[in-house]
Amino acid sequence: MTEGEPLIRWDWIASHLDEFAFRLGEHVELTVIAVGVGFVIAFALSLLILRAPRTEGPITWVTGTLYTIPSLALFALLIPYTGLTIVTAEIGLVGYTLLILVRNIVRGIRGVPAEVREAALGMGYAPGDLLWRIEVPLALAVIIAGVRIATISTIGLVTVTALIGQGGFGQLILSGLQRFFSTELIAGAVLSVALAICADALLVAVQQRLTPWTRAA
Amino acid sequence: MTLLADVLRWFTDPAHYRGGDAVQTRLVEHLELSGLAVLVGVLVALPIGLWLGHTGRLAFIAVNVANIGRAVPSLALLALALPIAFALGLGLGFWPTFLALIPLAIPPILTNAYVAVRNVDRDATEAARGMGLSESGILRRVELPLALPLILAGIRTASVNVVATATLGALVAGGGLGRYIVDGLGLQEYDRLFAGALLVALLAIAVEVSFGVLERAAISPGIRVEPRAL
Repeated sequence: MTEGEPLIRWDWIASHLDEFAFRLGEHVELTVIAVGVGFVIAFALSLLILRAPRTEGPITWVTGTLYTIPSLALFALLIPYTGLTIVTAEIGLVGYTLLILVRNIVRGIRGVPAEVREAALGMGYAPGDLLWRIEVPLALAVIIAGVRIATISTIGLVTVTALIGQGGFGQLILSGLQRFFSTELIAGAVLSVALAICADALLVAVQQRLTPWTRAA
Repeated sequence: MTLLADVLRWFTDPAHYRGGDAVQTRLVEHLELSGLAVLVGVLVALPIGLWLGHTGRLAFIAVNVANIGRAVPSLALLALALPIAFALGLGLGFWPTFLALIPLAIPPILTNAYVAVRNVDRDATEAARGMGLSESGILRRVELPLALPLILAGIRTASVNVVATATLGALVAGGGLGRYIVDGLGLQEYDRLFAGALLVALLAIAVEVSFGVLERAAISPGIRVEPRAL
């Protein structure tokens, strides 16, 4: 922070709107891939837990340990193998989504009332149909709650990937830190938080659309 | 495999245990910074959380402060703490990182303390009130012991987050184990980078595990049940 320089230079912001748009695209891309891939893996792990409850302990332990490892350390451990690439960033980001997503998917499907399940079986639903047409729709509110938490934390973690050459808005924060330029770092931080809030609002809207029956409650 | 050999050599090199960049020095720096931040977080958040939980007031704030905390990325906290530290004339390194860690530590401690006290069986607090305990007596002698494991769980979450984020302090010329990662990245010395990352990861896991032990020990003897398989 140079002497006599204002905390925020609005003229700099006005002249860098193109860069903000580019960083937004990057940030969204990193987040969507991470949550998308994370969700597919978490869903498979959850089905495994529901079929074979004995796997719950080991899966929770592994995803929990992964979640505990600080993001910068996890990225750093991967760099010697996958370099300063998007792959390094995504392996880490996907890893962090698993604990939250698995927990919510399992909790959501287990929370489906036994009577509902029995009624469906009595009506002749095959196990596959039971999962996709009864259990998943009823568990959707809890599952999307997990997706919301995973998305918000991923958007925050993406900023850290700036250190390995990715980062979206994190690049603005990092470059602002390195040049002691407060306008740039505040812009990066504010845009990242704003993106998290917008993404959360979007997911709430999606959830209300997909589970209209929860709105009455 | 050469990387692992390099990392092993890095750990066995006596030069890495001497001077200002010694492993033990960085570890102590990391623990000092994290410990102080968590301590301040506890001093600020715990009384508020306990009081809100006891009175049941402002539930909305107590529960949502954790969600808001999650939305603010740790790197952004550090970024925002830097101009503040500069404005206060505190300079680089320790202080901006410390300022960034406190808002990170507060939300999980506050929310957990609130939920922990709220979850205490109403019958127990009513019985204590009937026996003539004062309100602060109820909080201190009934609610606090019963809520302790969940309160510690909040402090654990805060501590793990703080230890993780203290690593980023190296970006603003702070010390701690993050130095090895940031310097290793900058100098492209992968053995240093990997060794630092390993130390940080192990420290975070160690903090998590120790709190887990503490939480189990803190369960009030009267309500302790044998752990059962899920």
